[in-house]
Amino acid sequence: MTLLPIHIAIAGIWGILVIASLIVFALTRLQPATDHSELVQRTTSWWAMIAVFTAAFLLSRTFSIVIFALVSFLAFKEYLSMIPTRRADRRVLFFAYLAIPVQYYWVSSEWYGMFAVFIPVYMFLFLPFVMLLSQQTEGFLKAVGTLNWGLMLCVFSISHAAFLLVLPVDGPGSVGGTAASGAGLLLFLVFLTQFNDVAQYTWGKLFGRHKIVPQVSPKKTWEGFLGGMLTTTVLAVLVAPLVTPFDALHAGIAGAMIAGAGFIGDVTVSAVKRDLGVKDTGALIPGHGGIMDRIDSLTFTAPLFFHFTRYLYT
Amino acid sequence: MTRALQFLFFVLVRIVVLFVLGLNVRRRELLPEDGPAILVANHNSHLDTLVMMSLLPLSKLSSLRPVAAADYFLKTRAMAWFSLNILRIIPIDRSRATRREDPLAACHEALNKREILILFPEGSRGAPEEMTALKKGIAHLAEKNPQVPVIPVFTHGLGKSLPKGSFLLVPFFCDIFVGAPIAWPGSRDAFMTTLGVRFAELSTEKDFAPWE
Repeated sequence: MTLLPIHIAIAGIWGILVIASLIVFALTRLQPATDHSELVQRTTSWWAMIAVFTAAFLLSRTFSIVIFALVSFLAFKEYLSMIPTRRADRRVLFFAYLAIPVQYYWVSSEWYGMFAVFIPVYMFLFLPFVMLLSQQTEGFLKAVGTLNWGLMLCVFSISHAAFLLVLPVDGPGSVGGTAASGAGLLLFLVFLTQFNDVAQYTWGKLFGRHKIVPQVSPKKTWEGFLGGMLTTTVLAVLVAPLVTPFDALHAGIAGAMIAGAGFIGDVTVSAVKRDLGVKDTGALIPGHGGIMDRIDSLTFTAPLFFHFTRYLYT
Repeated sequence: MTRALQFLFFVLVRIVVLFVLGLNVRRRELLPEDGPAILVANHNSHLDTLVMMSLLPLSKLSSLRPVAAADYFLKTRAMAWFSLNILRIIPIDRSRATRREDPLAACHEALNKREILILFPEGSRGAPEEMTALKKGIAHLAEKNPQVPVIPVFTHGLGKSLPKGSFLLVPFFCDIFVGAPIAWPGSRDAFMTTLGVRFAELSTEKDFAPWE
């Protein structure tokens, strides 16, 4: 196996994880009186998540696509378990689940046209059709609306991240053929989205004073948002030459876009949770909550980053 | 041979239960590590027994005994073989007319062998995600075995995934609430009241998403 820039990038991520874990370890030693259990749980979960993604990146493209399909499945299941549903719609929900393997099949077969319309056109028209077969009109609009929204968020949006893997990218600095550059773009997107979450949280904890949307998410502050955006943008410019075909300007725009969209995705899922009266979307990832709590930002950054790249570099 | 088949079956069950469904277990530490013990749960779905059996480690599989209605689970020869050898149920005769000796004799015997019983005191699965009155058989069982802990377990979501009368499994996360063991309070009535109160507490611990 030859050492590609993407391997260096992955090694870098592990380096950050090790440093972060050492800091958390030092914190638990220096402040034994304070409760750090959530932070420790979070860090432990990061090890597991990064291990899964590293395996996916290194093993094969198909395996990576399957992993994203599983993430969509878990997120969609969490969503459907959380929202009000109707007894009469069991079959409809079953068909909605079936859209997941189909959508990711379009990804693996590199059929962009079908990938882009399958959920927003065909499933959008098919699900209300199946739903009306039960002839239960009470709550019909709410049921079909929430179902389609969940499918868009958990499956359609997230599948854009996976489609980066098969996107035929050209342009200066593209590395090791299309497959490697696709993986590089995916790594860039996922890493910066997750890094931005942590950066906004950290800046907010240290300097946060002015709340942005206190009614939706009381812990989000302008200091956290702008600090995170600055850090993410700088980091995007620094790592772009390693794994993407972007020049410095495009890398900066991509970084700022990921920071902004990530924030909006985060508070959007917060608004949904507040509406439903739940704190976490689930309990799948210790310290983080549910899987939707972890990928909320990605649901917004993935399609935007995908189209940014597709427009400029294909 | 049947032990190997049983093991294989429950490995597959665990894959379905933990991945296709997904359990969110509150207070897993209250589950018994060893028998004798009695787990009592609400009943919504055929999945209930399989999920209850997945709560304990695979190494405990041989001591888990679901208590089930003989008229339903022993109906055909194939079903009887599966129920007795794979699920390893303790069949209970529900019809009063035909029974002479203590219908719970097999349960007492199992508890004496330090096995863990799984009971659904509602009797039937009934309408999904709705609890019905608890049957008193469990009180007789507890009275005869006052030293055995009775652990109430409330499950939510399995009736949504696979309600009575349906064969289509639709994935939903399932919430499991394990309650503190109930010690024998001295009388059957007091026991039934305590059990009812415990289930009422466990079932209102979380606001579940409406399902109409």
